[in-house]
Amino acid sequence: MGLLQPESGLLFWMCLAFGVVLFLLCKFGFPIILRAIEQRREYIDNSLEEARGAREETLQLKQESMHIIEDAQAQRWRILENTRAEQEQLAHQLKEKAEKEAAGIIESARMEALAQKEAILREANEHVVSLAIAVAGKVLMQELKEPQAQEKLARKLMDKVNNTQN
Amino acid sequence: MGYGRKIFNWIVLSALALALVLELPVRAHAHGEGGDVIVKDIVLEHIGDSYEWHIGKFVGKHVAIPLPVIVCSRENGWKCFSSSHLHGGHSYEGFHIATEGAYAGKVVETLPDGSQVRPWDLSITKTVAGLLINSTIVVLLILGAARHYRKRRITDSAPMGLAGLVEMLVESLVDGIIKPCVGPNYRKFAPYLLTAFTFIFINNIMGIIPIFPAGTNITGNIAATFVLAMATFLVTNLFGTRHYWKEVLWPEVPTWLKVPLPIMPAIEIIGLFTKPFALMIRLFANIMAGHSVILILICIVFVTARMGATVNTSMSIVSILLGIFMNCMELLVAFLQAYVFTMLSSVFIGMAQEGAGHHEKKNDIDNLTTKR
Repeated sequence: MGLLQPESGLLFWMCLAFGVVLFLLCKFGFPIILRAIEQRREYIDNSLEEARGAREETLQLKQESMHIIEDAQAQRWRILENTRAEQEQLAHQLKEKAEKEAAGIIESARMEALAQKEAILREANEHVVSLAIAVAGKVLMQELKEPQAQEKLARKLMDKVNNTQN
Repeated sequence: MGYGRKIFNWIVLSALALALVLELPVRAHAHGEGGDVIVKDIVLEHIGDSYEWHIGKFVGKHVAIPLPVIVCSRENGWKCFSSSHLHGGHSYEGFHIATEGAYAGKVVETLPDGSQVRPWDLSITKTVAGLLINSTIVVLLILGAARHYRKRRITDSAPMGLAGLVEMLVESLVDGIIKPCVGPNYRKFAPYLLTAFTFIFINNIMGIIPIFPAGTNITGNIAATFVLAMATFLVTNLFGTRHYWKEVLWPEVPTWLKVPLPIMPAIEIIGLFTKPFALMIRLFANIMAGHSVILILICIVFVTARMGATVNTSMSIVSILLGIFMNCMELLVAFLQAYVFTMLSSVFIGMAQEGAGHHEKKNDIDNLTTKR
């Protein structure tokens, strides 16, 4: 069967052609392509690794900055709080002081008013007393014009004294 | 879906149109020559070899490229002359192309005593010319792609165009079959396997294209596949490890299978040769059968030329549709056979690369081979 019988000339040329192709491609062809592919793969892997590192670093930096911001905010709050408290305290103190002073003023005013009232009352009393005495003297003078009346009075007084002594 | 249907309709329509256009010349041809179309001869001529490259028949004239005949005469040493001297059965310097006998279709030398002998024949036949053209294409393709990397740094982006195509192919083959089948030192064998793949693939594809300078049947020729299988055989066994040779000559089987009669070693040694033999026959048979089927389908047009217009037209449509289908199929086979050859070569090389501690690897490879 001719189809299944390798022709010697064709075998020769095939050996030659395939040999040359094999030599050329194994020397200058595929190793270069394979190396390029491998190097690129390595490069991509490295780049990915680097990118991941960079991303992590960025994340860390971001977190750090967040921390800083948070700290600053907290500090701000604290400062504000402190200020507010101090302010309140100050206001409180001032208020207290003012109240105290006001109370003192009111007290002293009251005292003075009282004293004046008393003085006025005393004066009025004295006035009334002297007036009463004067009136009484006048009345007495009127009533004790007569001796019986004086006597009667003396007696009445004596009784009264006695009653109080008993 | 819509797109696929559109393409299908387009194919059917163009097949119809082609059949109608072909109808007249074919019928004229059939009536004019009055001869029967002998399909077997046409097919054998196309898949066989010849000393000239027949391109076609234009305006009633055969157009063929004469190729150099290189023969070693018994008496006068090496001779080199154009095959046009032998055209039409002419004799030149004692050589002519035999028409019958054991050497039919080959150049034979008539000795002075009248006997005919076959000289050493290293002619650039049609197959050899195609082989050289295809080899040049393979070399240009791969070296062109490789040249692309010299100007580039690794930090550049992946290549586009031809180099990108080659790179994609190389990467998928290396990652898909070479690395898993050959094992840890796949780097050493990857260039050979990739060369085998590219060589077979380009030759297969060029075999499908019907017009000059393609259209030669190389991987469907037993000599070509013999050399390819031989290359795998040599690479496998020359680089085989000690463990591999021990497995061949003294396998781990009960001693009675080895000692009085070396049954297992004999089987293993036969196995060394059957593996490349299977590679050779598989590639040859697949490609040759594909070419034959396409040729036969196309021949339907000519065979039915004398059966009347209706039969011829309808059969032409069938022939062209089936021909398109077979060509698509052959496109798949062209890739598949190159792939299978590379994969099996990888598996054989991988088996021969097996170290002492890689038993589980062997099982994987066995599974892979049985699956295919």
